[in-house]
Amino acid sequence: MSWLERLLPKRNTSVDSRKKSIPEGVWSKCTKCAAVLYRSELERNLEVCPKCGNHMRITARRRLEKFLDPENQQEIANDLKPIDALKFKDSKKYKDRMSAAQKQTGENDALIVIAGDLLEIPVVCAAFEFSFMGGSMASVVGEKFVRGANYAIENNCPFICFSTSGGARMQEALLSLFQMAKTSAALARMSEKGIPFISVLTDPTMGGVSASLAMLGDVNVAEPNALIGFAGPRVIEQTVREKLPEGFQRSEFLLEKGAIDMIVDRRELRTRLASILSKLTHKKEPLRQVSEES
Amino acid sequence: MSMHFLEFEQPIAELEAQIEELRLVGSDAEINISEEIARLQKKSRELTKQIFSDLDAWQVAQLARHPQRPYTYDYLDSIFTDFEELSGDRAFANDWAIVGGLARIDEQPVMVIGHQKGRDTKEKIKRNFGMPRPEGYRKALRLMQMAERFKLPIVTFIDTPGAYPGVGAEERGQSEAIARNLKVMATLKTPIVCTVIGEGGSGGALAIGVGDRVNMLQNATYSVISPEGCASILWKSADKAKDAAQAMGITADRLKSLDLVDSIVEEPLGGAHRDTGAVSKNLKQRILADLEELNSLSTEELLDRRYQRLMSFGVYDE
Repeated sequence: MSWLERLLPKRNTSVDSRKKSIPEGVWSKCTKCAAVLYRSELERNLEVCPKCGNHMRITARRRLEKFLDPENQQEIANDLKPIDALKFKDSKKYKDRMSAAQKQTGENDALIVIAGDLLEIPVVCAAFEFSFMGGSMASVVGEKFVRGANYAIENNCPFICFSTSGGARMQEALLSLFQMAKTSAALARMSEKGIPFISVLTDPTMGGVSASLAMLGDVNVAEPNALIGFAGPRVIEQTVREKLPEGFQRSEFLLEKGAIDMIVDRRELRTRLASILSKLTHKKEPLRQVSEES
Repeated sequence: MSMHFLEFEQPIAELEAQIEELRLVGSDAEINISEEIARLQKKSRELTKQIFSDLDAWQVAQLARHPQRPYTYDYLDSIFTDFEELSGDRAFANDWAIVGGLARIDEQPVMVIGHQKGRDTKEKIKRNFGMPRPEGYRKALRLMQMAERFKLPIVTFIDTPGAYPGVGAEERGQSEAIARNLKVMATLKTPIVCTVIGEGGSGGALAIGVGDRVNMLQNATYSVISPEGCASILWKSADKAKDAAQAMGITADRLKSLDLVDSIVEEPLGGAHRDTGAVSKNLKQRILADLEELNSLSTEELLDRRYQRLMSFGVYDE
């Protein structure tokens, strides 16, 4: 260090420390329009770009906490943990992949179930966590989904599921495939009891999750521009050996083809789903109640 | 038709070729070489026994896909009588990759539904290599609901690489078609007996695979994704299919030990294609035994057991 630097350390360090003192992620960039956005504003906006409306990924826990009324949220079956029944190992052990995912997400597995109220309508909600091994469905996801469905039956309240998943989890092999049958069976029971199930498909919902619980809503709702389908676009491209049409397997395409009922902006999901459910369960329009009260 | 030998069967193939040659010589030269032939045949049998006593998962996968393996139509011929095929989903098309219809098993009327692969190139293409499209699942659903209406048990045969990954299939709602079948089959008020006879490929297999009994032929496979698909995703190379097959545990005995399938139907030495009559006899016995037990249950008991069975799938800590 030269004498000059020794004389002027404050200035230098102050610049450095100011750089460092900016907490990580004050700014975010929209993944679509590349607009630079305030992290806090984006959070308030539920990870939807205020400039272009692009729906970016949101964690399962935040999604449910924001979707439900803030009071009376009660988590279901959060103590369920995955087991490596097959002692599966590819380039990494399944066990290690699990613990890495648990560490990264702070969740035990890829599904979270919370009971609560939606504009004062009692509901139970499930959400997939994409950051947990691609939101893949295996034993724990299947079982938690069933517990959610059972809660809905016991409490005679609607069930809502937000899916985002690459499909069935290969590391639990056939156990994962059979979760498709298990979750669908639980939904069959719910249907028989006349309990509504709303499936919200978000980006992406593919494979075994799309070919089971996610397509079985009494009402199927998708967020804008979500990739939804059975086979992945790359697999299809390799099979048919041609470029896929623009917008293929996106929400708007599925609406056109008749696979979903509607496309709803994330910021409107609370009010729109509450309105649908209030009619299915013969309750007053929730927003009208609120506006009468206020 | 001459026997088709797989790569791992090459030593057997060589012996068999020798036997064939001797036979030709024998008929020409009038030399008595039957002793030599018998010796070689014995050797061939022993070698087959030895090779087949210790197959790895990838070798079993090859057997499950053997080009001469019996398909659904073969079992319709050997196990059932008076088959009347029913076609079409009444909405879009008839899918030739799934066949179904009314038949009798020992005089008992049943609905039979199964994947069907083709034998020659032309038929393979017509049947899309046994890969169904949504209309196939919807035809199956229509037949299953008809079976429920007329109180007929359902017998399904699973043998598919998987659902067809095509543009049209996606446009017509492949996911929904599979999902719908899973949901309806869970509560269908008639007995359902499913058997994996060859490849149990993922969602395309499961779509006719939810039942009261799920059996597997000894050399059939059942998996969430093909070994090649799994290898190319997790190992980043389809060449690792052998490792993937092993890791996923796709064979009947492994899946039985996990309580995911109910029974294993024994195949003749060397695989089902060596003796369709023998495997058919075993399979028929299994189906009849299952039907007898399921027919004795009340609808409520039947559905309750099926539901409990489905709910039992999964391994986790609590």
